[in-house]
Order: sequence, then structure tokens, then C-alpha cells
Amino acid sequence: MTAIRATNLSKRYGGTVAVSDLSFDVEPGRVTGFLGPNGAGKSTTMRMVLGLDRPSGGSALVDGLPYAELTHPLRKVGALLDAKAVHGGRSARNHLLAIAQSNGIPNGRVDEVLETVGLREVARRRIGGFSLGMSQRLGIAAALLGDPEILLFDEPVNGLDPDGILWIRTFMRGLAAEGRTVFVSSHLMSEMAQTADHLIVIGRGTLIADTSVREFIGRSSQGYVRVRSPRLAEVAELIKVGELHHDHLRVTAMSPVEIGTLTARAGIPLEELTSVQPSLEAAYMELTKDSLEFTS
Amino acid sequence: MIDILRSEWTKIRSVRSTVWTLAIAVLLLLGMSALLNGTADDPVDGAQAISLSLGGVMLASLPMAALGVLVISSEYRTGAIRVSLMAVPRRLSLLTGKVVVFAVTSMVVCTLALACTLAIGLAISRPATFDAGAAVQVALGSALYLTACGLFGLGLGTLIRHTPGAVVSVIALILVVPPVTNQLPGQWGDVVAAHFTTNAGMLVVTGHGNEHLGAWSGFGVYMAWIAVALVAGAVLLRRRDA
Repeated sequence: MTAIRATNLSKRYGGTVAVSDLSFDVEPGRVTGFLGPNGAGKSTTMRMVLGLDRPSGGSALVDGLPYAELTHPLRKVGALLDAKAVHGGRSARNHLLAIAQSNGIPNGRVDEVLETVGLREVARRRIGGFSLGMSQRLGIAAALLGDPEILLFDEPVNGLDPDGILWIRTFMRGLAAEGRTVFVSSHLMSEMAQTADHLIVIGRGTLIADTSVREFIGRSSQGYVRVRSPRLAEVAELIKVGELHHDHLRVTAMSPVEIGTLTARAGIPLEELTSVQPSLEAAYMELTKDSLEFTS
Repeated sequence: MIDILRSEWTKIRSVRSTVWTLAIAVLLLLGMSALLNGTADDPVDGAQAISLSLGGVMLASLPMAALGVLVISSEYRTGAIRVSLMAVPRRLSLLTGKVVVFAVTSMVVCTLALACTLAIGLAISRPATFDAGAAVQVALGSALYLTACGLFGLGLGTLIRHTPGAVVSVIALILVVPPVTNQLPGQWGDVVAAHFTTNAGMLVVTGHGNEHLGAWSGFGVYMAWIAVALVAGAVLLRRRDA
């Protein structure tokens, strides 16, 4: 069963189109990155999946049902949208307790998740005094309360220090490894490159790509081989397909092995023979270029 | 539903604003009763002593209304409403949970507080006799009135979703506008004034009606106002994006 399915999902606010005719599936057992520039419609889409915002058109189903029709939804779906969206006057434990009780989750589970995210020591402190990192952990604890199969995180590493980022990244990978569905949004390609297996890329509310991370790089821009030599003109003449730059030759149609073999036979010394893969960041920038131009 | 009630009870008991608003309401009730009975010049009879004892009800309605507003508006202020709606996507169930938990909490606290309020007032004034039945009736009526004011706040909080806006609105509707309506001219003016929110609702606190409404029918009219606020809030809660 597909964990999350968006079908022609659309959302308009007055005259502004936030999400337009967006269709995608999110599958279990892997981390699916939901990528797009700020303002692309990621949060709006997640809110529609969670039944918070009403779609202007299309539908979003969770495990085959609209979110609002799930009984005890937190046992199926856990989500962290905004870690600071909590009542600061409540203790961490009472905050989680109220959420657990609403879905018939036993009180003991509250202490378990506090332990999991490392907040047991501060369970009785008021949330208002929590750092962003602690709030983020509390939000994740809330998402985990019902031991859900499906987890959604909206920009979970925003504003976190490197330790916190590493912790969340490892944590999400672990959840996916347990067979759960992890759907995580980010506007940072580099972040997704290290966390996600699959990518859903949107820009200006429409789908740009729905692909594995590897395909995403391959499809969007070509890798090449960089060749440097004191006799660069001779190399260029020898392999013909290269593109000559002022201090190196760029070859897309041949592998380093082929180039090396040819130049060795011709007795031409090389200073560099490097296979250059385009960075995910570059691939992402290229794909979302259009949507950025209009938003900025 | 029982799950939602337990959850809402945890929410309402675990923030300081609940303790503060209830404490202020109770202190106003007790303080005004002691003050008014203690400073009465002449010996008072039973009915007057009871009436003086309830002098704080109008003031106590303000913290109760504020608490009603906060039950929902504090979730909008912080964004926690989204966490609540993710847990309970059936929005009317969530609102019902809030209404029930607030109403029960308020009734328990206010009934106990009013019993003490009357006891203090009667102990200070020492009237020769008093009508115990009437005392029980106005104590219950006052507890209902205060709870109703809180529900008015809860309805307006759901409607307006903004703490200061909802608090100002509820104060206007229960304290500021009702005396203004008394200035309305003509027979229609009288009718409007008599039926306007707390002008009708306070009859259950005084325990006797006027030419338009009885004590309990007045309270019924007040509850109709509150029902309108709650239903409008509920409709918008269902329809709006969270």
C-alpha cells in the first residue's frame, strides 16, 4: 500500500496558486526527500496531506484514506511541522501526555519517547525555555508517540547546529531502515543528498522531478572528464571529441580509461585525468532555476 | 470522545493561565462578598445578605470569560492548534472536548466558590433568617452564569482566533454594551435591552425576573447568544484552514 498519495493536488489562496496539480506517491522503507526552493509549496502540501488545509482541488490520501478519516491518526502518522508551535507554559511531559491521551496511547509511551529523543532529564521543565534543538527533539518525540508507520518532517534541520543535524539525519535513516515511510521536506539539496533515497522536487507548486537521488543527478546534467597536460593541444587533436578550455580539456563522450590509453600510446604526459560528477546542488539549481527566477 | 476529554483536561490543568484566572475569579467572589457585607451600614435581612454576597459575580465573569477565550486562542497564538488537529482531525469533536472540559471545570470551581462566598457573606451579615432554598438557587444560577460567560469567550475565541481580539469582544458583549442598550428608546428598545446578553443572563444571579423574562428564561436567552457564538465558531473551525 502506498503510504502517501497525492493526486492532482491543488491549493489556491485567493489569486495566488500555492500548489498546482501535484501528483506523487511516497513509498515505505525509504527516506523520500521533498525538495524545492522556499515558497515552492512544500509546507502547504504537507498540511493538505495532514488534513489541516483543505485542497482547492485533487486529493491527498494517507494509507488509502483522507487523513481526517483515520481513527487515532497518530498511531498511523506522525508529523513534525513547526517545532516552536507549542504552548510554552506546559512541561514537555504534559505536552506529550495531552497528545498521547487524545489518541488512546498509554501514558508510559510518553516516557519512552522522551528517553528516545534524549529529553528525559528535562521532562518536567517548561517548554518555553527550550532551545530550538530541544524543541525539535520534542516535536520528534510527539511524532513518535503513536509508533506510526508514516512520518512527515517539515524542514527538520532548519536552524540546528551540526550535532543536531547529524542526529536527525541518522534518526530518519534509522526509521526508514525499520520499514517506515519517511517524508521529509527541505530547501537544501546538500541536506537531502545525505539523507534521502528518493526525491520529489517541486517548484512554484508544480512537480519538477520524482526520481531516485542517483537518477536525479544523472538526468539533470552531464558528468565529464577533465584532462590537463603540458601538451594540451596535442591531446585535443588526438581524442577529437573534447572541448578545449584555457587550461584543461573537457570530455563527455569518453571514459578516463579510454583517454588514458590513447594518450599513453601517443606518449603524451598527463597532469590530471579526473572524472567530474556534477554536484546534487548544481543539478538542483539547474532544475529549479525557472521557479527561482519567478519567486525572487 | 473520552480520549479527547482526558487530553483536554491535561491541557487545561497544565498551564498557569488556568490557575491564575480561576484564582482571580474566586478571590473576586469572596472578596466582594466580604467587602459588601462587612461595610453594610444597617442590619440586613436574609435576601439582602444573599444579594450582597453575590456582588462579585459580574466582576468574576471577566476572568472566566478570559479563561474561556484562552482555552482555544492560546492554541492559535502558538500554532499548537495544528498539533491538536493532527491528533484529533474531527474538528467538532475537538471543540466539543474543549467545551465539556471547560464547562465541568468551571461548574465545579464556581459552585464551590459560590458556596463559600454565600457562607462568608451570611457569616458576616448574620441576618436573623434567610431562605436556604433561594440561596442554593442563586448559587447554582451564578455558577451557571459564570460558566456561560466562559463559554461565550470560548465561542468568540474559536470565531476570532486571536486572544486580545476575542477578550475585547467578550468584555464588550458581557459588560460594556448591555448597559448601553438600556438607553435604547421606545418599546422595542426595552425589548432589545431586556434580551441583550447579560441583561438577560444576570436574572439568574439575582434570582428574580423582570417584566420581560423570568430568572431561568433570561438565562435561556443568554445561552442562545452563546450558542450562536459557538455554532458560528464551529462552522468556521470546520471550514477554515488551520
